[in-house]
Amino acid sequence: MRTADVVVIGGGLHGCSTALHLALRGLKPILVEKDYAGRHASGVNAGGVRQLARDLAEIPLSISSMELWEHIEELVGDDCGFTSYGTVLVAETETELASFRARVDDLRLRGFTHEELIGRDELKRLVPAVADHCPGGVVSRRDGAADPFRTTQAFRKRAIEKGAEVLEGVTVTGLARVGANWRVETTAGPIEAPKVVNAAGAWADRIAAMLGEPVPLTVVAPMLMVTSRLPAFIQPVVILRGRKLSFKQLDNGTVVIGGGHLAASDRDRNETVIDWSKLALSAATVWELFPLMRQATIVRAWAGIEAYMPDGIPVVGPSSTSEGVFHQFGFSTHGFQLGPGTGAVMAELVATGATNTPIDGLGIERFRR
Amino acid sequence: MTEASDLASSYDLVVIGGGPAGLAAASLAARAGLATVLFDENPGVGGQIYRAITSTPLSNRSILGEDYWAGKALAAEAKASGALVVNGATVWSLDPTLLVGVSIARQARLIQARRAIIATGSLERPFPIPGWTLSGVMSAGGAQTLLKAQGLVPAGRTVLAGSGPLLWLLAAQLLRAGTRLEAMIDTAPRVNWLRALPHLPDFVLSPYWSKGLALLREVKARVPVIRVVDRLEAVGDGKFREVAFDGRRLPADLLLLHQGVVPNVNLAVAAGVEHRWNDRQLCFEPVLGDDFQSSVPGIAVAGDGAGIAGGTAAVERGRIAAIAAVRALTPEATTPDPQPIRQQLQREEMGRAFLDCLYRPAEQFRQPTGDTLICRCEEVTAKQVRDTARMGCEGPNQMKAFLRCGMGPCQGRLCGLTVTELIAAERGTRPADVGYYRLRPPAKPITLAELASLPIGEAERKAVER
Repeated sequence: MRTADVVVIGGGLHGCSTALHLALRGLKPILVEKDYAGRHASGVNAGGVRQLARDLAEIPLSISSMELWEHIEELVGDDCGFTSYGTVLVAETETELASFRARVDDLRLRGFTHEELIGRDELKRLVPAVADHCPGGVVSRRDGAADPFRTTQAFRKRAIEKGAEVLEGVTVTGLARVGANWRVETTAGPIEAPKVVNAAGAWADRIAAMLGEPVPLTVVAPMLMVTSRLPAFIQPVVILRGRKLSFKQLDNGTVVIGGGHLAASDRDRNETVIDWSKLALSAATVWELFPLMRQATIVRAWAGIEAYMPDGIPVVGPSSTSEGVFHQFGFSTHGFQLGPGTGAVMAELVATGATNTPIDGLGIERFRR
Repeated sequence: MTEASDLASSYDLVVIGGGPAGLAAASLAARAGLATVLFDENPGVGGQIYRAITSTPLSNRSILGEDYWAGKALAAEAKASGALVVNGATVWSLDPTLLVGVSIARQARLIQARRAIIATGSLERPFPIPGWTLSGVMSAGGAQTLLKAQGLVPAGRTVLAGSGPLLWLLAAQLLRAGTRLEAMIDTAPRVNWLRALPHLPDFVLSPYWSKGLALLREVKARVPVIRVVDRLEAVGDGKFREVAFDGRRLPADLLLLHQGVVPNVNLAVAAGVEHRWNDRQLCFEPVLGDDFQSSVPGIAVAGDGAGIAGGTAAVERGRIAAIAAVRALTPEATTPDPQPIRQQLQREEMGRAFLDCLYRPAEQFRQPTGDTLICRCEEVTAKQVRDTARMGCEGPNQMKAFLRCGMGPCQGRLCGLTVTELIAAERGTRPADVGYYRLRPPAKPITLAELASLPIGEAERKAVER
């Protein structure tokens, strides 16, 4: 039978990152992935590396992750396509801008300075193509974007190089306590380890259920679409608050349009069905915000399956029922940026029993109250 | 002229593609009483085989041959059937709920179908030889389109190269239209005869036998045929100048390439239809039941999209699929007995195995090496794909992330099979195990403006805003 120090369930960016950081600490992790690493949300998300507009409870994780992103090549031996031109939250009305100002002021009082309010002139300087009705916005200048599949693969590869074992096409079927160990039943036979990390994304509630720890997880598949190549016209990632939109041009000229409209999804069949009537809304929003995009050609639309929690923030921390099990899931359509840092925090937590990064408010016990 | 705003919000049957299968299916279903719409992307119906059948400027019937003109009756039948036939209609999405995304004159609509028949036919197999992207090199199918639709024939020195029945047919049609052909370079390997021989008796009984022989005789009498070439290259400096083969060189102005046709699977794959590898035809094809029903309930695939069998077989397949749709939706309706149609189809399909084996493209023309481009949109070479596969990339979907091949505007149509075969070759596995691109809609590119033109209810607009 296989044995390990830690079994990591799920080969998304989070699972791969945790496996890497565990291996860097000298532990022997085995990662079990039912499809292949990066098959779902981790490999096909919008690639935004964003600290901007995050829930207070996850800002410390996001900031610690940003430091890893800025040295990503040293960590994984690949630059992951990471570029840093900032993220701009565009206000479409004065009312919206006022609410952004309140948020930025509140963050400053709490000691967070990464969000910066900008007026019309700075907005036009950063995003010259934006429509004239927008009075300003918020910028987080260190933010950026990366290639999601490449990033996940780079973490996987480096984890293996550092001693992790990665089993792909292998599904976890059961979880039971055997003495001091957990026995993880899989379609490739059992694995025993004292510690288990549940990073199973849209399937994580099933792992939690095996521990008698049900969580109210919703399976979602946010849609994205991409255009054919256009001349370079925008550098930062642009997001909206009032209408759903995220918008960015990649180095190759293609423009990725997202924002959280959901496809129909079936996690048992790995299937998503694009909802064109909602993508039409995204198209209409882009039509208004970036007039020069009107004749751009949409060549592909897709959606990655992931987990959404009722409060929109992830579950990060120890199990409330089962000693030695840790949860890392439910990133609620904004987990990509958090991947590198959360893996490091999780490895610290697993190895030492504690972490210096505040993760209060992210525990699974919040769903028991 | 039908506009997007003239369409109903739903139809009993949506047929996609106005070639022989689609025309036959729509006619039969409409006559049996189904509210039927046929969407066809071209300005007129006919598909590839009967392209421009209602509008071709070629009045001399002998140029394209009587088999072409048989399409006229099909087109007339569809028009008289009561089916709504919409040309210039691009179907860019079909999903498992049978919602059809279609654009007409830059206006997009979502149409609900109760049944759908995909009749999107075939496309030419990629023929990635060195220099195939030079100007002055084009596909034989492209040349045939120009001939049928515009009556255009090549003016300069023209060479045909490759394999397959269509190449011989085009040679004959071009000759009849007055084109001089410098040479016909046959790339089918000699070993194909051994593979084909066991299927000869069936072929002799099929309608292709006498037609095929006559065609070969007609071409051979007027064009030098160079046999069993196993190296082929288009040479030129930006513009094609000469074709190099087996140590010889032949100057020419136009090189027409062709090595068979394969099912056009894009829409069916994007709709979630299960596909499998056909090792005799060296392509992916949908997994279908007796009535051409697919793995997605309500979606059938007829015509060459269901596996290459030719235009007359496509008609029978379309009819069988349509009868199944009618019987499913209106069991009380009168439909033809499918049994004689199935027997006719069997006769049509009899000669196929022989042709598949005889014209099986050689490995070196399907699995190129070195700097030969395989993905034209993203300019990816055979060597890059082979190297990436050797480094551990197991499938075409992962390959997209490394090289972007298949992610350009052609959506994998020009590189899909090549990438699958190259990965299989490098990893010592079979194309069936490697699989095909997971294709994402839209199955045809649409503009942002078109997408934004989709009518959206006010309730829905509010519901998705936060």
